[in-house]
Amino acid sequence: MTAPRTAPDGGRSATAPPGIAAPATPRTDAVLRIRDLHVEFDGPRGPAPAVRGVDLTLHRGEVLGLVGESGSGKSTVALAAIGLLPDTARVAGSITIAGTDVVGADDATLSGLRGRRVGMVFQDPLSALTPVHRVGDQIAEAIRTHHDVPRAHARRRAVELLDLVGIPDPATRAAAYPHEFSGGMRQRALIAMAIANEPDVLLADEPTTALDVTVQAQVLDVLRTAQRATGAALLLVSHDLGVIAGTADRVAVMYAGRVVESGPATALFAAPRMPYTMGLLGAVPRLDAPVDAAAAAPGAKEPAHGDTAPTSDRATAPGPRTPLIPIPGTPPEPHDLPTGCAFAPRCPLADDACRAAEPALLSVGTEEPGRHHAACRHADRIVERGLTATDVYPLPDPPASSAPAPDRDTLPPVLKVTGLTKTFPVRKGSVVKRRVGSVHAVNGVELDLGRGETLGLVGESGSGKSTTLMEILGLTAPEGGTVEVLGRDTRTLDRAARRQLRGTVQMVFQDPLSSLDPRLPVGEIITEPLRAQGVDRARAAARIPELLRLVGLSPDHADRYPHAFSGGQRQRIGIARALSVRPQLLVLDEPVSALDVSVQAGILNLLTALRAELGLSYLFVSHDLSVVRHIADRVSVMYLGRTVEHGPVAEVFGAPRHPYTRALLSAVPLPDPVRERGRERILLAGDPPSPTRPTTGCGFRGRCPRYAAMSPTHGADRRSRCERETPALTAPGPGRAAAACHFAGPP
Amino acid sequence: MIAHLSKRLGYYALLLALAVVISYVLSSLALSPRGYFEGRQPPPPPEAIDTQLTALGINDRTPLWERFGNWLGHALHGDLGRTLDSSDVGTEFGRRIGVSLRLLLAGTLLGTVGGVLLGTWGAVRQYRFSDRAVTLFAFLLLSTPTFLLAVLLKVGAIRTNQAVGHELITFTGEKTPGLTGSLPTLFGDRAVHLLLPTLAIALGTAAAYSRYQRGTMLDVLGSDFLRTARAKGLRRRTAVLRHGLRTALVPMSTFFAYGFLTLFTGAAFTEKVFGWHGMGAWFVDAVGKGDINSVVAVNVFAAVMVLLAGFLADVLHAALDPRVRTS
Repeated sequence: MTAPRTAPDGGRSATAPPGIAAPATPRTDAVLRIRDLHVEFDGPRGPAPAVRGVDLTLHRGEVLGLVGESGSGKSTVALAAIGLLPDTARVAGSITIAGTDVVGADDATLSGLRGRRVGMVFQDPLSALTPVHRVGDQIAEAIRTHHDVPRAHARRRAVELLDLVGIPDPATRAAAYPHEFSGGMRQRALIAMAIANEPDVLLADEPTTALDVTVQAQVLDVLRTAQRATGAALLLVSHDLGVIAGTADRVAVMYAGRVVESGPATALFAAPRMPYTMGLLGAVPRLDAPVDAAAAAPGAKEPAHGDTAPTSDRATAPGPRTPLIPIPGTPPEPHDLPTGCAFAPRCPLADDACRAAEPALLSVGTEEPGRHHAACRHADRIVERGLTATDVYPLPDPPASSAPAPDRDTLPPVLKVTGLTKTFPVRKGSVVKRRVGSVHAVNGVELDLGRGETLGLVGESGSGKSTTLMEILGLTAPEGGTVEVLGRDTRTLDRAARRQLRGTVQMVFQDPLSSLDPRLPVGEIITEPLRAQGVDRARAAARIPELLRLVGLSPDHADRYPHAFSGGQRQRIGIARALSVRPQLLVLDEPVSALDVSVQAGILNLLTALRAELGLSYLFVSHDLSVVRHIADRVSVMYLGRTVEHGPVAEVFGAPRHPYTRALLSAVPLPDPVRERGRERILLAGDPPSPTRPTTGCGFRGRCPRYAAMSPTHGADRRSRCERETPALTAPGPGRAAAACHFAGPP
Repeated sequence: MIAHLSKRLGYYALLLALAVVISYVLSSLALSPRGYFEGRQPPPPPEAIDTQLTALGINDRTPLWERFGNWLGHALHGDLGRTLDSSDVGTEFGRRIGVSLRLLLAGTLLGTVGGVLLGTWGAVRQYRFSDRAVTLFAFLLLSTPTFLLAVLLKVGAIRTNQAVGHELITFTGEKTPGLTGSLPTLFGDRAVHLLLPTLAIALGTAAAYSRYQRGTMLDVLGSDFLRTARAKGLRRRTAVLRHGLRTALVPMSTFFAYGFLTLFTGAAFTEKVFGWHGMGAWFVDAVGKGDINSVVAVNVFAAVMVLLAGFLADVLHAALDPRVRTS
């Protein structure tokens, strides 16, 4: 697409966003006003309040970020604002959009508001468009619903809107059906639909959560463009603090149905005043955190701030990181809220007063009176003493590294994959299937993992990560290339050896709930791999308490069933199951992507501790680069089935040499408004191409900014090299990161 | 597309050939036309029966494959043989199809449209009283055999006729025999005769379709795209009809295709109960008499209809669903 590159200063300066620079006098141009909103659903265990007294005001042209974990009520607020809550919801309080009451309004009034005064963009673009109508018609319908204009006129406007949101060749694409659009393009179309009538308020509920990170960057960019073009106020609902930090002028943090802290984005991210917000920010792994900088030298136990103990060869040595701040416990169930502050059971500062009554959302701080609010009895103390997350939350001890600064060359190899390829046939025909082509799902993957290391495997959806995992876990001869597990080539294994090796490689799955049998008690679940290895029932059962303790669960829980546990606890069960056979290699497929940030931190800390304690090696697959940066020693970046860059984390993330890695890293939003807005972004055009089409030369060429910058006249030689020759992985020196680019290096 | 179609048709030809062989062999083995002739009063001499059977091409003393080859040779030239009463099967065919169509068309149309509407309505009002009532009646109708339903309707009509004192509702045959008069009079007579059978068919069809439609509609009602349609300001009814119903009809197209092509194969019970001499009644009678040629003809015809329905279902599906069209 021809998306405008976001200037570092896109109308709002990084140092003084208008939200802060504006005078604190009450503004009169409020377009969305929510007062004392209460929403209650009927749950299976009694009435469940989802929203409990929320006040929000949104002014024309302003972006308000509504952030919170799952179940905090943030999406319910957005749905209530557009009057699309299910009929079973009981709503109290008041919501006005451009002066019109939403609560209690009839369908005619609401339909008049929806799409005209208030537009909404939802989470899952793949299912949000009607599959049987053309995209252009669906946008035109949004116009014709509110304006009596001829069909042709509405169609022309739809094409203009598609152009505005960066759909290439909009006149042709308007006639396409939704399934012919990629996820990112569908979300653009939905944004076009939401702004079709230039609404006063734009609601976006997790608009980029279902998208890949490079596509997320594009869509956020479009959302900002659309918001500016229409001058609408934007309510951006997200669990992702980075997304909020990059876009919102003001932020409201929700917990258990209430706003617990709100304020200007910069102030709130820089100095959170409510322990929950502090914990949330401390729980996120940061892409911009210096790798190993705050960590002690391997072997030392107490990392202190400013510790300058030299680490030997930081770029390559696996060493402990600063643990993330996990918020203990889990959010309360809506039908079973505590009497006082809902966060008190998880809060290290909580006292009896906190548990007695819920605190009000009051102004804190003196810098900008009346703008930063927090619902915490201890907010003043936090401001006075300048407490930060590390003061409030007890930081877990970093795990002691088992080996002193190991030299990579001496590490026994655990997994070595070279030139792995895997193709799937594409078949056609209903009666006689015939092969019409191949999907090159994996086409040249290189992995190298030594004992005690963590190797992060990153790539966007469709890059071949899962196929790679399946090829490794199969322990059979690959279609092309070699797979060596614990020094043994899988090509040479017989049945007995394969079975024996299977016990040393275990897997942890993405979705903790669906990967646990709901009808088996936890004790049986976690010892199943043992039983599969032929261990008898009694000896297997004897290991249950130890395994549960190992992952931080109580041995008393062995008789419970998976549904009795929270998401984080279920993932701990999944880890315990993998550990039961004392494996040497753990393959973790997106192990934290289904979890909330505060819970994710606990799991990541557990994994770090277990690795040191048990001498494990991890192959850690994730789409989240911050998580990989936090946990991995080495990283392998995949694009279109091929490894495009691999090497030590510090080097690959610190000075990426492949243009794709550079773009990927720049697309990850940082949970820091100042840095996020100040940095230059590389926006990749388009979507990854289909792996069914065999490509010559470099597979990344079509989206590569470096290739695009080469002049067709003067750079013709360089261009033709990218077009003809598949780049090989080359490293500038031994032990350094390798990149598969003819023109690898800093920009 | 042409290549795809012709491949498909070749596949259908293969299936049809299989159906022809199987139905011919099975009917020849299972049915005994000899018994039909032997049961006549007075019984004809065995030689006469043999001659008659040989003339019809269904003599069980001729080897089966020879009989089949003979039949096939004629059938390929459009001659489907003769019935036991020595009338032409092909002529009988034309007449019977017309009868079945006249009997079933109105009922099927009514039942289909009614079923879709009732199903949609039930889905929109899920678990309310109206939905529960529709569900209850649908299951009541589905669990009532057609012949019982038809007889119950007849009883109701008789009671009504007695109550009003003259024959308001007539329900035997297609028309009143020997009735003469103007076109409207004749048409009205036929319409009255159609009333009960149409009701019987429509009720059963609607009950079945309403269940399917309610299911597909419920899937669609909870969908994200319906929420999107509402978010752009469409009223609930418009969103449900324009975005919901249109999408929910896609999986229904298969049922429609089969429902309409089996129109031509008749409805055995309804025809028998109301005294219509259509395809269904013909088949039942032919099996009873051991009329192999007629049975095979009806069977092969049904096979053709089912295969065509499969084809029509695919065409309909592609017409309704762009996702199928492009792939």
